[in-house]
Amino acid sequence: MTTLKTGRGTAPETGPVRSEAALRRASNWARRAPLLPALIFIIIVTQLPFVVTLIVSFMDWNAYYPGERGFAGFDNYVRVLTDVNTLNSILVTITLTAAVVIVSLVLGMIIALLLDRKFLGRGLVRTMMITPFLIVPVAAALLWKHALYNPEYGLLNGTLTAVWRLFGSENPPQPDWISTAPLVAVETALIWQWTPFMMLILLAGLQGRPLDVIEAARIDGASSWQIFRYMTFPHLRQYLELGGLLGSIYIVQNFDAVFTITSGGLGTANLPYTIYQIFYQAHDYGRASAAGVVVVIGTIVIATFALRTVSSLFREETR
Amino acid sequence: MTTITDTAPVPASRDTTGAPKRARSARGGAVLSALAWLIGILFVLPVLWMILTSLHSEADAATNPPSIAAPLSLQGYAKFFGASTGASPWPPLLNSLTSSVLSTVLVLLFAIPAAYALSIKPVRKWTDVLFFFLSTKMLPIVAGLLPIYLFAQYTGLLDNIWLLIVFYTSMNLPIAVWMMRSFLAEVPVEMLEAASMDGAGLVRTLREIVVPVVLPGIAATSLICFIFSWNELLFARVLTATVATTAPVFLTSFVTSQGLFLAKVCAAAFVVSLPVLIAGFAAQDKLVQGLSLGAVK
Repeated sequence: MTTLKTGRGTAPETGPVRSEAALRRASNWARRAPLLPALIFIIIVTQLPFVVTLIVSFMDWNAYYPGERGFAGFDNYVRVLTDVNTLNSILVTITLTAAVVIVSLVLGMIIALLLDRKFLGRGLVRTMMITPFLIVPVAAALLWKHALYNPEYGLLNGTLTAVWRLFGSENPPQPDWISTAPLVAVETALIWQWTPFMMLILLAGLQGRPLDVIEAARIDGASSWQIFRYMTFPHLRQYLELGGLLGSIYIVQNFDAVFTITSGGLGTANLPYTIYQIFYQAHDYGRASAAGVVVVIGTIVIATFALRTVSSLFREETR
Repeated sequence: MTTITDTAPVPASRDTTGAPKRARSARGGAVLSALAWLIGILFVLPVLWMILTSLHSEADAATNPPSIAAPLSLQGYAKFFGASTGASPWPPLLNSLTSSVLSTVLVLLFAIPAAYALSIKPVRKWTDVLFFFLSTKMLPIVAGLLPIYLFAQYTGLLDNIWLLIVFYTSMNLPIAVWMMRSFLAEVPVEMLEAASMDGAGLVRTLREIVVPVVLPGIAATSLICFIFSWNELLFARVLTATVATTAPVFLTSFVTSQGLFLAKVCAAAFVVSLPVLIAGFAAQDKLVQGLSLGAVK
């Protein structure tokens, strides 16, 4: 390595000032070159369509009435923002995302703490815990809807029947889970899938704890709760934030569970499902685009806060 | 290390003698282990139930209370593979495989050079670029659904697998850039300097120094991209019809209003999830690295 360092003397000679600037510019472009394909690709495929959405959102455009295409001004936005269904779907999106992210994070943390100890079959329990996350989301939604929630032959009611029979009763409660609590039914299926995700991230975070410091605290008489509250939890905070952010990105956009379990009925239609419906079933391109723009604006507001969080984490990482 | 356990609340007071405290914490440890087992079983139970149901006949699958000990049958799988309806699951499965694998390859081709320009030889304001990539992931994809659909309609690309491949590439590229950047940041810079002193070009530097060091990162990135593409439903549903339809879309067509279908649906759900299950179990540690965008190694 030392020989290489001495070789630095043979580096390109410094010429006149002008060519030096040209050289620097050239080297700047050489640095940028590997980045450009990805950047151009992502701008064309993800940003350009949004410009189209923005234009169409100001147009009267329904595929069922091709003759009436034209400029609509803010009509679509007025319709979106005064429509009870759309407003309701905004509320559903917020409730659904918050419930799933928070419950998965709490459950994920408890399970990660349980798995961060040595015990017989720990690897197997970890594998069992990961399994729900590895089921294709539509398949998971179908499984919950038909094999678990079904009021006639689903596992939940089947278990109730079996338990009641065990005690000699022939009248077990047989609730229709999805119609009784539609949103909770969707949330439960999602929590089942996302708890393993949170658990994995938090478990990795726990394993990066400075064990010697914790042991020292324990010897000094700190209780388990104190160790958790003042040492483990602050250490986990950044992993909780990371899990919360990534979970929110995916759950805000959830389509599969709502589409499969309730088909957006019974007040469970979230924004992605509502936009899909306006576009795919009503073919009202103008209104679907306006709803899309509203979603994007809402996301930008939330994402600005979220990005600030990540960026503070990120600064810590790169010290 | 084994002594560092988060046991049930043990009083902080130190005046208790050592022995009973240790016995109590051992008992507490056993309770916590049992609890961990219980939760693990609870989480895996729906999947086990899905597999068991898929191996029952339709009549046994739809009983109340459940017929756990019913004779096993491959009826559900036979029906999934087209025994009664004649609809073969192979074209959708192959489409899913093609779109997932090809989009993953494309993602890597774009992401690795980009990550190189964001870590090893960083461009100016590289953090801004990195956050731009992540911000595209926050734009709800449903907002881009209509323009992509219209584009496909005008260019005749509807029901074409390549449209999905390009879309999945853009869907996963931001995640892949983040992940690859965090892995590339671990490449020893002295080795790169040495290579450039030797007059090695960009391609050679990438191939001979960077790629071998970050191969585990590439594996983690591929795994995550593959899983997300394989799972995608919304765009596949809107942009494909018959020729290019994928496995998740095919799955949704299995539920019918007449007759029993539970065993068939469970068989289908299991078969479609199998590639993800195998890949995920085989690379559990990669899964963690990937899910945390490479922040956890």
